[in-house]
Amino acid sequence: MLARLLSRAVLPLGITLAFLTAGCSKKENTNEIVIGEVASLTGGTAAWGKAQNDGVKMAVEEINAAGGLLGKKVKLLTEDDQSKNGEAGTVTKKLVSREKVVGMLGEISSSKSLEMAPICQKEGVPMISPGSTNTKVTEVGDFIFRVCFIDPFQGTVMAKFALSKGWKNMAVLTDVKEDYSVGLSQFFKEYYSKNDGKVAVEQSFSKGDKDFKSQLTAIKAANVDAIFLPGYYTEIGLIAKQARELGITVPMCGGDGWDDASLMQVAGSAVDGCFFSNHFSTEDKSQAIQAFVKKYEAARGTKPSTFVALGYDAAMLLFHGIKTAGTTDGKAVRDVLAKTKDFPGITGSITLDEKRNATKAAVILTIDKGEVKYVETVQP
Amino acid sequence: MKRYQAQILLLAALVISFVISRFSDQFDSYYLDIALTAGISIVLAVSLNLVNGHTGQFSLGHAGLMAVGAYGSAVVSLELRPGLAGIFGTGEFGQGMAFITALLTGGLLAAVFGWMIGVPSLRLRGDYLAIVTLGFNEIIRVILQNTKPGSVFGGALGLSGIPSQATIFWVFGAAAVCVYVVTSMVNSTWGRGFLAVRDDEVAASASGISTTRYKVTAFVVGAFFAGIGGGLYAHQKGAINPEGFNFLKSFDVVVIVILGGMGSTVGVIAAAIILTVLNEYLRDYEQYRMIIFSLLLIIMMLLRPQGLLPASLFEKKGRAA
Repeated sequence: MLARLLSRAVLPLGITLAFLTAGCSKKENTNEIVIGEVASLTGGTAAWGKAQNDGVKMAVEEINAAGGLLGKKVKLLTEDDQSKNGEAGTVTKKLVSREKVVGMLGEISSSKSLEMAPICQKEGVPMISPGSTNTKVTEVGDFIFRVCFIDPFQGTVMAKFALSKGWKNMAVLTDVKEDYSVGLSQFFKEYYSKNDGKVAVEQSFSKGDKDFKSQLTAIKAANVDAIFLPGYYTEIGLIAKQARELGITVPMCGGDGWDDASLMQVAGSAVDGCFFSNHFSTEDKSQAIQAFVKKYEAARGTKPSTFVALGYDAAMLLFHGIKTAGTTDGKAVRDVLAKTKDFPGITGSITLDEKRNATKAAVILTIDKGEVKYVETVQP
Repeated sequence: MKRYQAQILLLAALVISFVISRFSDQFDSYYLDIALTAGISIVLAVSLNLVNGHTGQFSLGHAGLMAVGAYGSAVVSLELRPGLAGIFGTGEFGQGMAFITALLTGGLLAAVFGWMIGVPSLRLRGDYLAIVTLGFNEIIRVILQNTKPGSVFGGALGLSGIPSQATIFWVFGAAAVCVYVVTSMVNSTWGRGFLAVRDDEVAASASGISTTRYKVTAFVVGAFFAGIGGGLYAHQKGAINPEGFNFLKSFDVVVIVILGGMGSTVGVIAAAIILTVLNEYLRDYEQYRMIIFSLLLIIMMLLRPQGLLPASLFEKKGRAA
């Protein structure tokens, strides 16, 4: 009886132990430089993850075609986090401890980057996030970098843009469920009110809402010049449509959360004449961007989305770090990355500040008859 | 000797996990992570098994209770750290005590929530209870999501920078305690009431068993360990987020319980380990993983609806597992 019970209790521990020791064989490959990537290839944010992965793959193909890094080929290992919280941490451990990657790329969602960052920091593996805009991500430690601008910056950019348009009286409609939206609103209001702008009315909604008529009626009554609407495309489309139905004709503007083709499908002509800030535009006339767009179109048949460009930039910045350091040693690469200045990325010239955040220009886009058009570039 | 075998086993499990945890530096951190995940799954599944398996209720709110525990313990770890260090000191022992305080806070909070939700809703049966617990799960998640960014609960982005203190010792120690408590409760004379409620509520109530009391007890104890599991999860991942505790997480635990065999502790432990490991092995087949996983579940249910290692397997030999 005792023996049977003992075997029962020891069973789970035994299995675990066997399993743990089985993992002690580690593979080392000296002919390749192994880079890890975490992306949400399936699940809710699969569209972003696939775009990031596309960009990273393109960068790897390019560097290998040009002879690789430090005389070795670059090998990319991509792990899917299924858009699930909790998974990003596990796959990062897998890549860092088992595959011995020398650099990590990912994630776009800030909450997943926050799972990855402490692991990379602890193991001394430089990590570059292509699209996590929340300030907390790089605060984790000195091995964590990003190539996108942070939330506060977009709010400030749109405030600058609104003032340059001569809008003196605006409404702000915030998604209180999204940190992203709250952050943008906060920094928009700060800059805007300091520079003679007046926020006439403030309203809020929650992600997943379908009816915005009461908020919009209040905004209509305030008789504003324009509406600042930071949020994600799903709700923006509905809001724009309902605003036009209520007879609100003033322009609306927001951040990169607007950037999705489905916005135009939902809102139709309702978003014509609206503006939003973004990381890059395929319409930008600069040579580097046009060459990148052509190359991507030739290979994949569509125009690259923002996250393709950011994924590409993140990978290229990491390669630049390894190349300049002349070694794959985490500390050496980190030191090079920390000094990044005017790195020529597709999404603009990237300079990393002392908090390892990218300072770079944002582009303002407008929607004209369902087409996204480039307006101007706003410098930081 | 025979009288104390359960206690001896518990002690043995604690000692073994403590010894293994001393050598955890030797292990590959990825495998360590999977082992911890499996251990936490055991805590969650065994505690849910008390409610869903032994007592025959159908709760879908385990992730909500886990969220209460995760947030409760994370807040203690993040906010009260200096205070606790002042009481217990900053050495290894002090950190351990601080961690156990955090875990117990999370567990007790979850138990309180479990009691609050349990008392009114456990008068319901079957589908209705499932819906109420599912609703509770969503309420917890939405409340956490709507807290102010930058507040102690961190809003939609959640909390990060939680110290990763969940070692093999803590996780498997908690699993051992959880298994010990649940099996002792169910195997005691008093605990036959749980099984009576499951087998026939009307008959049990006619025989003088306070069915509501048994159901609430099962729910509160289950909630306590769900909270402990949540606390361990938070201190394993280092970052938590309301979205991570949606109803899909509840389903994951329910699947383990059903697959392992309702009311069979051994089966549920086996299923928790197998599903965690399987999830990792199938990682190489990315897009097919979910299909393979779902197919396995369907086949399993068709061929062996009673679960992997059903309770009846052990009951025949004398006592229930």
